[in-house]
Formats: sequence, structure tokens, C-alpha cells
Amino acid sequence: MKFKYIEEFFVRILMGAALALVFAFVVGIVFTVFHRGWSCISWEMVSSLPGGGFYIGKEGGFLNAIVGSVYIVGASTVLGLVVSIPVVFYLNVFLRSSSKLAYVARLAYDVLFGIPSIVYGAFAFTLMIWLGLRTSLLGGILVTTLLIIPVLIRSMDEIARNFPRDLLDASYSLGATRLETMGVVLRQIMPGIATATLLSVGRAIGDAAGVMFTAGFSDSIPTSLSQPAATLPLSIFFQLSAPQAEVQNRAYAAALVLTGIVLVISLVGRFIMHRFSKNKI
Amino acid sequence: MSSIRIAREKTAGGVMFLLTAASLLLVVAMGIGLYFKSAPILEEHSLWELLSASEWKPFRNQFGFFPFIMGTVWVTGSALVFALPVSLLTALFLTEYSRSWVKRWVYPALDILAALPSVIYGVWGTLLIVPWISERFAPRFVEYSSGYTVLASSVVLSVMILPLLVSLFVEIFSTVPQELRDASQALGATRWQTSRKVIIRRSLPGIFAAVVLAVSRALGETIAVLMVCGNLPQAPHSLFDACYPIPALIANNYGEMLSLPLYEAALMFAAAILFVVVLLFNLLSRIILYRIKKA
Repeated sequence: MKFKYIEEFFVRILMGAALALVFAFVVGIVFTVFHRGWSCISWEMVSSLPGGGFYIGKEGGFLNAIVGSVYIVGASTVLGLVVSIPVVFYLNVFLRSSSKLAYVARLAYDVLFGIPSIVYGAFAFTLMIWLGLRTSLLGGILVTTLLIIPVLIRSMDEIARNFPRDLLDASYSLGATRLETMGVVLRQIMPGIATATLLSVGRAIGDAAGVMFTAGFSDSIPTSLSQPAATLPLSIFFQLSAPQAEVQNRAYAAALVLTGIVLVISLVGRFIMHRFSKNKI
Repeated sequence: MSSIRIAREKTAGGVMFLLTAASLLLVVAMGIGLYFKSAPILEEHSLWELLSASEWKPFRNQFGFFPFIMGTVWVTGSALVFALPVSLLTALFLTEYSRSWVKRWVYPALDILAALPSVIYGVWGTLLIVPWISERFAPRFVEYSSGYTVLASSVVLSVMILPLLVSLFVEIFSTVPQELRDASQALGATRWQTSRKVIIRRSLPGIFAAVVLAVSRALGETIAVLMVCGNLPQAPHSLFDACYPIPALIANNYGEMLSLPLYEAALMFAAAILFVVVLLFNLLSRIILYRIKKA
């Protein structure tokens, strides 16, 4: 047999191995987290606040972290959408595709997307000290908003770029201004907005390094924007660094909750993509 | 009537322009902010001294970043070595070999890997990888290892950058015109020969850009690495040494940094190093990727 066929055979085996490895990682991670978390989780953990002596293994749960994460993620997603929908609209409708500004802005958002959340956190922290603010829910919301805006813009832009130009022309020919064409555009890129939102929720809920600096941590549910707030990833991280097995077990339970949320988001996102776009896999 | 509509259009256009331009301003503001915050330490120590000294004793005014830089380099480098072959093979398989029903399973799997939060990777690392290294793998090579090592960090990191690499590679490979594949196969080349001599060769700039992008992603990864790296301020000499990458340094010490003005400046300097490196890497690779997409 010729060498090239032998080579082909081996490469196919290697590719099979690479693919098997990818699946092994996915199944391995999800199984590890679920297996370890399932034996620890109880209703009390997800429904109650940390009691006295929580961090040495006494009573309580991590409801504070769940609620804190929901506050931060919800508020920052809404803020992020308010900022990024106009930007995407501007890039694709107001600017020509050959525009220098559009090029530079896209580049800037791609770069911002690449900047690690710990740098966002450090930057926001210095800003907050400069403004005389303490770690608070507001700080966490703002830094998370900054963190997800690039995700939102880039993934919506990806869809909006394939927007049929004829629809714009049809709208203009009826006498609509560019701004009034927004309704047409929004309706067309709706699935794009939905998937972008889910993507950014996924990134926002999993971020730990950014909120570590800005939102701080607290054992109670914040009642105003100026109080510090706990988040799920940080709660997992802090509890896992404790030496007591009881505290660590709660970290595994919290990891199970977080992974569950993220998995659901990811599957729903795929479903929406699949349902509403015909030319994508 | 129409003048109101035009005025509204103009104002909206202005507001949207400001929002768009704010992205640029944010990049610039970050650079300036971090520079000013790290200026005090640059006044007291020279840049070269900070980067090359290896003593880290903030309370004795010794700030050597060398161990942390080496930790970052080791972890990122070995993560890339692990992730590159797997992601190249997977991407080639997806674009050149696979049938569509296989893709329907692989893409969601990669999606899940991309969506899992950093801290979950950390939990997985401490539960599975660290014990495996300290009990099974390391004893074959060294006498004792806690498991919290460069190896553990880079295994975790390599899985984290895998989905990014695969999706970039798939995107790049699918810009190679079908005619080139047909021409190669018409000359009797096997699929692998086509992949190696046509697809990969033509995609080399793109592969380079994707690798740079993945490296910059790995550089800034914080929590997952922090949980498995061992956090010892020493320059690692092998895969079985503990290490202390820059993001872990920032995250671990931000609580006590306000106790000393120079300490704060030192950590902000660390963030500035990360910012500059990531910024340059991202600019370089994005510009290459834009060119490829346009062509």
C-alpha cells in the first residue's frame, strides 16, 4: 500500500482521538460537577442565607449569591442592550460598509472583547477609588455591563451585516428616515439579539475576576445599589478555599447550580439559532 | 412635520455616534488610567529592574515581577502546546472530513466548553486534574508533587481555549476556495495531503492570528488558573513546579494592596502589563483576520 494511504489512515485515527478528547472533556467536566454537587445539594442551601458561623461549616445556604448574581446579570444585560443596539444599528445602517469609523469601531470592540475581565476589574476599581465609591452592587453592574457590551455588539453585528440591503431601500423609498427604518431592522435581527443576549448572560454570570474588585462580597441580599453584593462564582471560589469539608461541599452544590444555569442558557441559545436561521449549521 | 423627523434623525445619529466612539475612548481611558496608577512604582524602580528582579517582598519595597512573568509564560506556552494539535485536528475534521450529523453533535459540545464559567473549570481542575497529577502522573517523573502545578494550570487552560481555537480555525479553513480542494484532489492527493499542503499552507497567516488571539485569552484567565496553580512566587523550572501567573497575583492581593501606596502601584503595573500585551496581540491578530475575511 502506498505511503499516502497509510498516512491518511493514521491521520483519521488521530482526528477521531482529538474528537473523542473534546467529548471526554465536556462529559468529564459536566459529570464531575454534577456528580460531586448532587451528593451535597439540599433545598436549604439554595433557599436560605448564610447563618452564623457559615464559613466554619454551620447552618445556611448561598441564596445571597444566587440573588446577587441575578441582580447583576439582569441589570447589566438590560443596560448593555440599551447601549449596544443603537451602536449595531449605527454601524450597519448609518455608516457605509467601507467607512473607516466602522472599521475602527469594530476593531475596538474586538479588542475590548479580548481584554481580560481582571483588567476591567482593576481599572474599574481605580476609577471607583478616584470617585470615592466603595465596592457595591452598582460597581458590579457597571463593570459587568462594560464586560458584556463587546460580546453583545460583535455577535449582533455578525447577524446585522447579512441584513438584506433591499429592505433598507424599500423603507427609504417609502419616505422613511434612517432612524425610522430601525423597526424593520430590529424585526429582522431579532434572533440575533436573542442569541447575543444569551451569550452575554452566560459570560456575565460566569465572570468572577471583574466583580471581585467592584461588587465585593456580602452575606446578605443587597437592598440598595450602594451595598456590596455576593455572586455565585465568587461564592464558589471563597467556599472552596475553606479547609472544612462542609463548606467545600456547599461550594460544589453552588457549582452545580451555576453549571445548570449555564447549560440551560447554552442549549436554549443553540435552539434559537437553529430555529430562526436557515443558512447556519 | 418633516423638519421634526429630520431633526430627530440628526440627534439620534449624533447620540449613536457618541456611543460608538465611546468604545475607542474606553480603550484609551483604560490605558491612561492604568498608566497613571502604576506611575509611582515606575518612578522608584526602572522598568527593566521591575521585569527582571525576582524578589517579591512588597513590605520591604522589593517588587520583582520575573517569577510571575515566567509563571505566565510557562502556563500559557504549555497550554498552547496541548491545545494546538487537538484543535487543528478537530477543525480539519469538521471542515474537510465530517458529515453533517457529526457536526450537529460536535458544535453544541464546543458551545458548552465555551460557555462554562472559569470557576467551574477551576472546580473541575481541583477535583480531577490536581489529584490525578499528584497521585498518578507526577510520581513517575518526580519524587513529590502537590498537584497544584504548571501542568494542572495548563491542562485546564488548554481546555478553556480549545473552543476559541476550533471556531477560529473552522472559520479560516472555510474561506479557502473549494476549487483549490478540487484541484488538489483531481491530481490524486488524499484528503490529508490536501489538508496539509493546500488548506493549512494557505491558512498559515490565519492560524498564526488565531494562535495569538488564543494566547492573549489564556494570558488573562484568572480564577481557574488561580485555583490550581499553587500560588508560589517562584519562576518554575518544570511542569511539576508550582507557579504564580500575573492575573492570580492581582486577584490574590487586591485586598491588602491599599495598605501600601507602592503595593497598589505594583499591582496596577501588573494589570498594565497584561493590558498592553493583550492589546497588542489582539490588534495584530484581528487585523490579520479581517484581511483574510475580506479576501
